[in-house]
Amino acid sequence: MSDDGRRVVLCIGNILNRDEGLGVHALALLAPKLAGRSGVELVDGGVRGLDLLPLVESCSHLLVLDAADTGRPPGVVVELARDEIPLFGGVKMSEHQITFQEVLGLASIRGKLPPFLHLLGVQPADVSVGVEMSPVVAAVIPHVCDRALAILAGWDLAPTGPTEG
Amino acid sequence: MAGRLVVDPITRVEGHLRIEAELDADNTITQAYSSGTMVRGIEIILEGRDPREAWAFAQRVCGMCTTAHSFASIRSVEDALRIRIPTAANLIRNLMIAQQYAHDHVMHFYHLHALDWVDIPSALKADPAGTSEIQQSISSWPNSSPAYFAEVQRKVRAIVDGGQPSIFTNGYWGHPGYRLPPEVDLLAVAHYLEALDWQADVTKIHTIFGGKNPHPNFVVGGVPMPIDLDSDTALNAGRLSIISDSIDRITQFVDHVYLPDLLAIAPYYLEYAGIGEGLGNFLTWGEFPGDDIHDTSSFLVPRALILDRDLANITEPDPRDLDRLKEFVTHSWYEYAQGEQAGLHPWAGETAFDYTGPEPPFGQLEVEQKYSWVKAPRWNGVPVEVGPLARVLALYATGNEQTKELVDAVLAKLGAPLTAVFSTLGRTAARAIETKVFADQMRTLYGQLVAAIEAGNTSTFNDERWEPRSWPRSARGFGFMEAPRGALGHWIVIEDGKIANYQMVVPTTWNASPRDQKGQPGAYEASLVGTQLAKPEWPLEILRTVHSFDPCMACAVHMVDTQGEEVGWAASGMHVHLE
Repeated sequence: MSDDGRRVVLCIGNILNRDEGLGVHALALLAPKLAGRSGVELVDGGVRGLDLLPLVESCSHLLVLDAADTGRPPGVVVELARDEIPLFGGVKMSEHQITFQEVLGLASIRGKLPPFLHLLGVQPADVSVGVEMSPVVAAVIPHVCDRALAILAGWDLAPTGPTEG
Repeated sequence: MAGRLVVDPITRVEGHLRIEAELDADNTITQAYSSGTMVRGIEIILEGRDPREAWAFAQRVCGMCTTAHSFASIRSVEDALRIRIPTAANLIRNLMIAQQYAHDHVMHFYHLHALDWVDIPSALKADPAGTSEIQQSISSWPNSSPAYFAEVQRKVRAIVDGGQPSIFTNGYWGHPGYRLPPEVDLLAVAHYLEALDWQADVTKIHTIFGGKNPHPNFVVGGVPMPIDLDSDTALNAGRLSIISDSIDRITQFVDHVYLPDLLAIAPYYLEYAGIGEGLGNFLTWGEFPGDDIHDTSSFLVPRALILDRDLANITEPDPRDLDRLKEFVTHSWYEYAQGEQAGLHPWAGETAFDYTGPEPPFGQLEVEQKYSWVKAPRWNGVPVEVGPLARVLALYATGNEQTKELVDAVLAKLGAPLTAVFSTLGRTAARAIETKVFADQMRTLYGQLVAAIEAGNTSTFNDERWEPRSWPRSARGFGFMEAPRGALGHWIVIEDGKIANYQMVVPTTWNASPRDQKGQPGAYEASLVGTQLAKPEWPLEILRTVHSFDPCMACAVHMVDTQGEEVGWAASGMHVHLE
């Protein structure tokens, strides 16, 4: 992957399960902030699984916004860079369950993991059936957007990525 | 970051599948129970919303079936409001649906189901020259040299030696049930990797027609993409040419890789032509309508009901039949106002949760009581199977020539009688056969679309009843799609411009159904009875049969012996979604 690949902010999650959809909810707030900016695509990955692979592999820079269960209190924002993201869920996940981590894992074994890869995750409070986020998670969405913009600014300052492994 | 951080994104699953099986002394399954362990609830979310936006919520139910739910949803609204879509819009929809079959079925075969039959680490023992010889004997696919397969083998070895968890490190590898020579294992692994490249090409059709991917746009009344050969933003000559190329890529892969691989693998597993039948009853809502969706005689795939394997007496089920189509909740975690024994047609359907099961995690389901979040739909009181086998049987029995030729050719090659199709292997073969039929259909549909455009039929949207003031005060509609994994239906009730009731009966509801009010098992439950397990703690045989239905759920297989003691756990994934 060279630096002339796509730069994408990929928002994933299921809006039918409240906080599970926070990535997609963040997209709405992030879109106007990126309106004047060229070269960055904002993509609603929603609930898609394996068919996100071509998109992921076409990126030189990829920022993923998603709900992330890191065992922390609800609303805590976690920021992970490329090598800190576990590519498969491990034994807790079922073997062929196509989580987004498996998509990243497949990109990795194919040697096509984006050189710049970041994940912004928020610990969910409520993933029951419903379209409204919990108050605690809704309250951190502006902060998530600010962090996303900071990561995008960091990309501009570092024109060459780490060597693809 | 210091220490180990476990990131466990909430899975995309809309539901997990849990199978419990009782075994006798010979490890043969005497009873099986299928349970969906997560609730759906979309019906509640949709109540009170604008029917025109229902698809945008419905498509989020499932990561693999967004297209199927979107089409079923907009068709239900069009049915309720008597909206007829333009010819070009119908052709474009049919092309998208055909693409969906090819894409889904190929990925199901290589990414999920192949692992039930192909021992991946065994591919490392293969002689690449032997694999090359096999490849060249089964098709003219260009990637066939010994050097090519040696390179694939090198890649797999690097992944395995790298120690990173991947599909190559999880699995029941070495199970005595794996029978392929290493050279065929290597062939399948190579095509597993090629299929991942292939899918990038074939999704272009949805990107173009839907305006965007991964979540394309849909619209009640037609398709969102206008046709204008002179416009940069519409469906123009350049985009048509990309679609045509994409169709070529699809048919080439199906003809030269998927079907030949199926025929190369199946002979090693012929006993599965006698395992896993299940109910012998099949239902389809039909697919690929002509201009008038209410004229089922225009469908390529008939709307059909087959009972007791009887291909000579097929009838057409009416999805609007209030007496014959009913969902039961006697063994499902819902309550009906009319009580435990009642059955409700989806238009009168109720979605009131009533979880009475034990606090998870629990050892066993209470199978005498309620044990699943999946309802039990029945046709005239009878459980049915839906999916590729149902469609292929409907096509075969109604005289579709290409289907007959393909089915007969596959049976001849395997030396099997027609009754062999009622099986795990039959289901898996039917999936490949219909992929060929529908992929070829794309070329026909494309020709019809080009002809329609040349004739000036470029309208893609009927706006006559877009405004709610043009609607009746109350209306009911039925929308469907033969989703890759089977008959999908959406039933909508509209009152005063808003959704008053919305019920989905998805393919996996039919197939993964628990027992009903009469104690009749669903399709998975019936199909597992009689199967003997070689190593119960590694229930590969169960996975083979359940995967042959292409369930839209994650799966945990839970084994219980006749003494009711837990003998082993094996978590094993399927798709990450319940449609």
